[in-house]
Formats: sequence, C-alpha cells, structure tokens
Amino acid sequence: MANRTIRIWRGDQSGGQFEEYTVDVGEGMVVLDVIHLAQMHHANDMAVRWNCKAGKCGSCSMEINGKPKLGCMTRMGDYEADEIITVQPMKSFPVIRDLVTDVSWNYRQNERITPFTPRPRDADGNWRMYTEDVERTQEFRKCIECFLCQNTCHVLRDHDKRDQFVGPRFMIRIAQLDMHPLDTVDRIPATKEEYGAGYCNITRCCTEVCPEHINITDNGIIPMKERIVSRYYDPITMLARKLFGGK
Amino acid sequence: MAANPTGVGGHEYGYAKTTRTDKWWVGPAATAFGLGLWLIYYVWSAAQGDYYAAGPYMSPFYPFYLHPSEAGMGASDAFFGMNPAWWPALISPALIAGFAPGAFRITCYYYRKAYYRAFFGTPPGCAVGARPQDYRGETFLLVFQNLHRYALYGALLLLPYLYWEAFQSFRYHGEWGVGVGSIVMVLNSVFLTFYTLGCHAWRHLVGGQLNCFSCGAVPRLRYGAWKGVSRLNENHMKWAWTSLIWIAFTDIYIRLVSMGVITDLNTWGGF
Repeated sequence: MANRTIRIWRGDQSGGQFEEYTVDVGEGMVVLDVIHLAQMHHANDMAVRWNCKAGKCGSCSMEINGKPKLGCMTRMGDYEADEIITVQPMKSFPVIRDLVTDVSWNYRQNERITPFTPRPRDADGNWRMYTEDVERTQEFRKCIECFLCQNTCHVLRDHDKRDQFVGPRFMIRIAQLDMHPLDTVDRIPATKEEYGAGYCNITRCCTEVCPEHINITDNGIIPMKERIVSRYYDPITMLARKLFGGK
Repeated sequence: MAANPTGVGGHEYGYAKTTRTDKWWVGPAATAFGLGLWLIYYVWSAAQGDYYAAGPYMSPFYPFYLHPSEAGMGASDAFFGMNPAWWPALISPALIAGFAPGAFRITCYYYRKAYYRAFFGTPPGCAVGARPQDYRGETFLLVFQNLHRYALYGALLLLPYLYWEAFQSFRYHGEWGVGVGSIVMVLNSVFLTFYTLGCHAWRHLVGGQLNCFSCGAVPRLRYGAWKGVSRLNENHMKWAWTSLIWIAFTDIYIRLVSMGVITDLNTWGGF
C-alpha cells in the first residue's frame, strides 16, 4: 500500500473546486478504486457514476489528467508514484454533480436516427446474410456508449455544434445501419444534411479515446463521408447512377 | 483536503488550453516541422530545375521529363519538348507535375488530421482547446476535400510512370545493371504504391461502397480487393510518411550523385 493524492473536482452547475484526498492505494488499483476510497474515507457525499468496473458498461467516463478515459480501466500504476492525479467530469456535457454529467443529449440524437428497417423475409421465412456482408458492422456493435468520443469531439466540445452534428458515436451507428445488407433506408441524405457528417474534419480524437478500440474514423465516419461524396460530389458516380440506376 | 475555486468541471477554456499533463504538443509540433521542412525542400528542389538526373536515374520530382539522353539532362529531353521562351523559369515541370500528388496528399484523410492539428489548431490535440472560429468543418470553404478521389486518380496515373523510371534505372548505355540508385528508385515506387493503394477513397471505390459482398462473382472479387486495401489502409499514416520521406530522399540521392558529391555504387563502373 502507498499513499497517493488524488485531486477531484467537486461541485455542480453553480460552480465548484478541486479537492485533494490522500488515500492508501494498493497494487493493481484503478482510478475508480481510488475515487471509491476517497468517497469511503473522506467524502461519502461525492457523486460518481459507475457500474460494472470492467470497461463494459460505459458509466465511469471522466477526464483523468485531462484525458477522457474510463475510471475503471485506468490503472494507477500508469502514473508516476508521486504524481497527483486530477479527475474531472466530462467537459462536453452539463455537470449534475461532482463527476456525474447529464449525457441525455446523446439519447436524443439516437432517437433521431431511423431504426433498422429490413427488407421482407425470403420465401422460406428467413433472412439470409453472409459473414462477409455483416462482419465489418460487428465492430460498431462493440460500442458501450461511454460517450468519451462525443466528449472529445472538438465539434461538440469546443464549437458546441450540437444542432448541426450528431457526433462520432452516432456516425458509427448510422454506418452500422447503412452498411447492413438487409437495411432498406436511404440514409445518405440525412447523414449529410441532418446529422452533419461534413462537420467532422477527421482529426481522429474519437478513435484515440475509444476504450473499445473501435476504429470510428477509418471504418465508420470516412466510409460514410465517401458514400456522401459518391452521392453529391462525384460527377462520374452521379452520371452512372442516372444511367444505370441505384442509390 | 485543499480547495481551489474553479469554473464548472474545473476545465480550461480557450485556444490550446487543457488540463492534460502529458506532452500532447510533441505530435503536432513534429508534424509541423516535418511537413514544413519537406515543403521547403520540395519547392526549392522543384523550382531549381537542375541536378534531377544522374546516369540512368531520374528524380521522382521530375516525372514529365523523358529518360535523360547521353548528352545529359535538360529541356531538350523533355517529354513535352522545350518550354516556350515566355514560360517563367521558376515554374518548372516538377512544380506542375507535383500538382496531382500534391492534391492527393493535401486532401488525404490522414494528412487532413495531421495539418488540421499541426497548422490550423482545429483542434491542436485531443481534449485541447480548438482555435476559436465560426467552425463550419468541411461544409463550406473546405468542401473541396470531397474531391479526394479525383486527386487519387491523378496519383494512380503517375504510378506506372514511376515504375517505368525505376525499370529504366537498371539500364545504362544499353547495358543492364544495377546500382544503389536503382534500388532507391524501386523502393520509392513501392512505398508510393502502398500509400496510394491504401487510400480511403480507393478503399471505398474497390468495394467499401457495397453493402452485399456475397451477391455475385464481381462483388466477391471486390470483397477480396477491399480486404487487401483495408490492410494497407490500417497503416496509411505509416506509408504516408515513409513515402513522403523516401521521395525526398530519392531526389536528394540523385541530386548528390549528379553533383558529384557522392559516388553511386553500381555495376556500370560509374557514370
């Protein structure tokens, strides 16, 4: 066991302050453990959202030494022994209290997306898909909705374009639906106009912070941007569509 | 316990403001230095119009020239003939030839990240304050980025020429042979191929645009191509930098051999 100091922001929408807590930290502990120790021994009114402690529920998103991370997946051993760890709530969402933020804006974005709309079943009553057709969308299904990508995206974080851009988490949800071989909805016009794909400038912070290592940018956002290019900016594919049909 | 009053969440606001404690600025600073240095060298080298050929070797910055004759390099060897007298000397064939690959790199999805961070501060780093502006992303002035695939077509057209030049570098005065410069030129073509064929737009065109890979023989073939391109695409940044550095190295190598500063080791016994 070793004494470690953790600096946690305490407050609500009206303001707050950093408070330092010194706790005994054991080998293998993660930042969320240390927050719980501080809560147990020094501040049992401290608010922190958590659930699985296994990096699968997406609840304990926070900013640790300024980096968006999951508290339960960030080892204290990754920091210098004498380093003071600073913990803050996510910047892009309104603080409810201490480390807990209101992420409900994300759920409203999800509601805007037309759900999966499959074509009718085959004559024998089945839907048939082959592995190669659906395997690339499986990556997007790993999303745990921690919203660290939404928090880090500068379009939302710094420019506050919530009315124009749905953010990276929902760009991969749209990609997952649009690439699905059974889905029948033409999602390209909405992706360009309503969901604001053009606001993403591919700076890849969403991919860098994703705890599930989903390649949000290369496999989700850029393919959707390329589909928009084929529809709206590429005269050759536009002509081919006129001549031969198709989306 | 110690308390310090702060704003909500204790976050910093403003350009390049952050509570990150790591050296987040090293990446963008290194990118700005690397790209800036490369650009300065390219403009200097391309505008100079000299020392671009040595023996059977031809600088990749000068792809609009035919293979140099025995008489040496010069406008008389140019593919499109001599420049007219009124043509500004500074606008060398290399500068014109650089347009397609330049546009390809400028609109490249990797380089966009690199220079948006390094030069434009949108944002300078992850969770680091972006430059304040009326941000429109790539919907307004930067909408031209959507034409990346056309720049790709230009870059694809140049690849066979680079391979032709690399092939030519094994033949000098009608005699087959090999020199260090030949290997440098072959590697240059290979690295540029890996970079070009790992392009995101190419990945989309070869198969990414399909939703059903199993629907027929052609989609199945395209699925295979898409998988291959995807593997290159995973290392797009690596090939972007490797090819960028190597093309400049190739030019420098041929320049130094041409100037007589270094001697090329080869089977022809010198030039």
